[in-house]
Amino acid sequence: MSEETMTISLTVNGEAVTRTVPVRQHLVDFIRTELGFTGSHLGCEHGICGACSVRVDGDVVRGCLTLAVQCDGAEIVTIEGVSESGEIADLQEKFVDRNAMQCGFCTPGMLLTAAELLSQKQEMSREEIREFMSGNYCRCTGYHAIVDAIESINNTRLKG
Amino acid sequence: MGFIHPYDRPNSYIGRNLSRTRAKRAVAGRGRYTDDITPPRTLHAAFVRSPYAHAKIVKIDTEAAKAAPGVKLVMTGAELKEMCTGPWVGTLTVFEGMKAAPQYPMAVDRACWHGEPVVMVVAETRAQAEDAGELIEIAYEELPVVIDKEKALAPGTPAIHPDLGDNKAWEKEAVMGDVEKAFTEADHVLEETFYFGRHTAVSLEPRVLLAEFDPGTERLTIHTSSQCPHMIETVFARTLGIPEHNVRLISADVGGSFGLKIHTFGDEVATTAASIRLGRPVKFVADRLESFGSDIHARENRVRAKIGVMNDGRLTAVDFDVLGGAGAYSQYPRTSVFEANQIMNITFGPYKHEHFRSKATVVYLNAVPTSQYRAVGHPIGISVGEFMMDWAADVTGLDPFEIRRMNVMEDDGYPRKIGTGIPMKDLSHQACLEKLESLMNYKALREEQAELRKKGIYRGIGIAGFIKGTAPGPEGYYGAGGARIVSQDATTVKLEPSGGVLVCLGVTDQGQGVDTVMEQIAAAALGTSPDMVRAISGDTDSVPYGGGTYASRATAIGGEATYQAALALRAEILEMASKLLQTDPDALDIVNGSVVDAGTEVERIPLSEIGRIGHFQLGELPRGYQPILSHTRRFRLEGLPYIFTNGIHGAYLEVDVDTGWIKHLKHWVVEDCGRIINPQLADEQVRGGCVQGLGGAFYEHCIYDEHGQLQNGTMADYITPMMGEMPDIEVAHVQTPTSETELGAKGAGESGTGAAPGVVMNAVNDAIKPLTKGRVTEQPMTPEVVLKALGKV
Repeated sequence: MSEETMTISLTVNGEAVTRTVPVRQHLVDFIRTELGFTGSHLGCEHGICGACSVRVDGDVVRGCLTLAVQCDGAEIVTIEGVSESGEIADLQEKFVDRNAMQCGFCTPGMLLTAAELLSQKQEMSREEIREFMSGNYCRCTGYHAIVDAIESINNTRLKG
Repeated sequence: MGFIHPYDRPNSYIGRNLSRTRAKRAVAGRGRYTDDITPPRTLHAAFVRSPYAHAKIVKIDTEAAKAAPGVKLVMTGAELKEMCTGPWVGTLTVFEGMKAAPQYPMAVDRACWHGEPVVMVVAETRAQAEDAGELIEIAYEELPVVIDKEKALAPGTPAIHPDLGDNKAWEKEAVMGDVEKAFTEADHVLEETFYFGRHTAVSLEPRVLLAEFDPGTERLTIHTSSQCPHMIETVFARTLGIPEHNVRLISADVGGSFGLKIHTFGDEVATTAASIRLGRPVKFVADRLESFGSDIHARENRVRAKIGVMNDGRLTAVDFDVLGGAGAYSQYPRTSVFEANQIMNITFGPYKHEHFRSKATVVYLNAVPTSQYRAVGHPIGISVGEFMMDWAADVTGLDPFEIRRMNVMEDDGYPRKIGTGIPMKDLSHQACLEKLESLMNYKALREEQAELRKKGIYRGIGIAGFIKGTAPGPEGYYGAGGARIVSQDATTVKLEPSGGVLVCLGVTDQGQGVDTVMEQIAAAALGTSPDMVRAISGDTDSVPYGGGTYASRATAIGGEATYQAALALRAEILEMASKLLQTDPDALDIVNGSVVDAGTEVERIPLSEIGRIGHFQLGELPRGYQPILSHTRRFRLEGLPYIFTNGIHGAYLEVDVDTGWIKHLKHWVVEDCGRIINPQLADEQVRGGCVQGLGGAFYEHCIYDEHGQLQNGTMADYITPMMGEMPDIEVAHVQTPTSETELGAKGAGESGTGAAPGVVMNAVNDAIKPLTKGRVTEQPMTPEVVLKALGKV
């Protein structure tokens, strides 16, 4: 069968990109294989694990449930983008300090979701943090250290 | 020279928290996992898998697939067989009488489980390969399915592999004393049957392999997400007839492993064969559905247990039967019977009992092959043993802490043996019990529980002690069993011209922090700072032949090798310095990266000068003296099958007695993994391990129907623990260094997974006790299971 394609133009991590992509290609495959941003990962490809989380027009979405062609005109930010902008440098440093990751495969998605939590600028209990973050699967840490890291930065930022 | 105690040296890094360099790149999205590597001209493999649990392959038509866009190769199991040196047979001689059927990487003329690979398609893109796979027509003839382990040995049940005669893989019995006599003399004899469901590892990064065969040099480079690079190299080389020294295996970052990635899988061998055939890089990434249907499974067991107890609470006899449901083949080369064997070893392991009998039987089923998954056998054995201890406490009117105090092996009572004859040494059950009782504030918790019960809130408190086999030696299973699997390990420590140190490891790091731990050990032993030490692991061309990471062995075995290699380098540096400084080596020491006068610590010559002179200015040294500045040391455990660890968990949870829903509130762990190198990393191993165990206890279950069809091959249907359901976990330690090594470290990676299911099962039963005589004896403890115990369904 011939592969149906479409040309899309979008912004990825602040840079304009135009590509012709298969219409069935997922956003996360597009940014990984076409653009080389390999920080976003594929864990389940059906929207459960959150490893593919990326930001589309300000919201964190599942890159495996979004087609690349749906993102024509969109603004995409990946873990590489927030790392370069320094937006969550404090959170990243705390993740390292607290060892809030082991294999690191979930970490980019976890950080982007946590960034969304922090952007609410609200006091949150550990229970509420756990609830907010419960769409991101981590098999390594048991989550406790991740809650510690997010709680610490949320409290620090609210004080600051 | 003896052990450098952490507090004896100003520059020791043993016992300190250092953050991991791999963590810094992971948070920036700069990890380098196998699927992140795509060399030019890479092709992609996809597999057509059996839709049946058991079927004869009558005919395969691949013509349309071969003509599909982008397709470069279509290979059937029969064609792949021609590239193999022979079949795999998953037996080890130490498992006496074990039977296993020969297995090729893909089904040849018969598929034996739902999900077994049958045909491989290789194309320019994965999507094209999958499209072409749909054009392949396979005619199957269905065969009878054996899926119920309780019926697998019944008369009339067909043998999955007729040449084996029946479906029995292995059987073993171990006896100590006279259980029958002890039961007649016991005041109470308690008997129960337990069921444990199948689980699988669900590493977030699926299995993945990229094979690059270079027809010019005939060298094969395999990038794969593996815990055991050398073992994979050896098995793949021997299976495909490539000399081992022509194979290089690289495991850069590994996105979770948990025992899953110590195994060899047929689809990965097929992908490698495709690269050899095509002379191009070929990549395969398991998608989640094929992960559920082809990653090893584990834990499916039925256990019948019986104990004899005296009125004063003394445990006199234990007797248990294990029936393990393996898959269609015994997983090569580690086998599918380790789990049952380990249940025999560790059940009731913390306790003194003079009379012991256990029996294990493992049967083949038309299901995914089973094998080692984090804390092999322990979740089952600990759940059973600790359930029975709590029941004994009930019938004798003792508190769960009291009955354990009475029965545990005393901390000063070693060496002694457990029922299967394995020696126990350097354990601390008594100290751990005391520590847990105060850590969880047990008395106050009981008071709170009683108050809440008056309000109709049912909370349960559980405790569960354990022993955990870690760091196996070559006399126990693998080496002794004939498999080419390493139990020793080796480290090379090299001084670079900069004065920095490279530590090349036979063990590997999947995020536990093994690299960092080894840097700390080498820095401490040598006398330099960890930032001057760089660990290298996961590349078989760069490190000594080693076993990688399995069975909680990296720090205990690899750590001792690293320690000894660093001491050897230290001794040589001191010798070289003594020649340069014309003094006695004993008058010198190394502190903070410089050779100093022993005692006064006055700096004499920095390691950067030793490095410079040792590599470039050798003329400054006496003639005939040739420094090597690179030392390899190996370590193996001698005379013991394992270094056992011990500990105890506590749990506090709430059961909704109307819905059967469990809310886990708090989890405590007191763990004795010997000398701790990096306390934070040790704690996080324990915490992560616990949650992996809790997943199995509460939710996880690979469900097969009567036709052998896997019913829940997605993460929407196979439930893993997420952040919202899991509790905080408090971790404390007792440190009893192993007497087997100078370093004194034992394994820490798996015991959390081993003990967590048992402690929450006890807590659930404690919660519902006022309402029912029923008990939860099945895992996962779904709401239905809890409601059954409550007599409500």
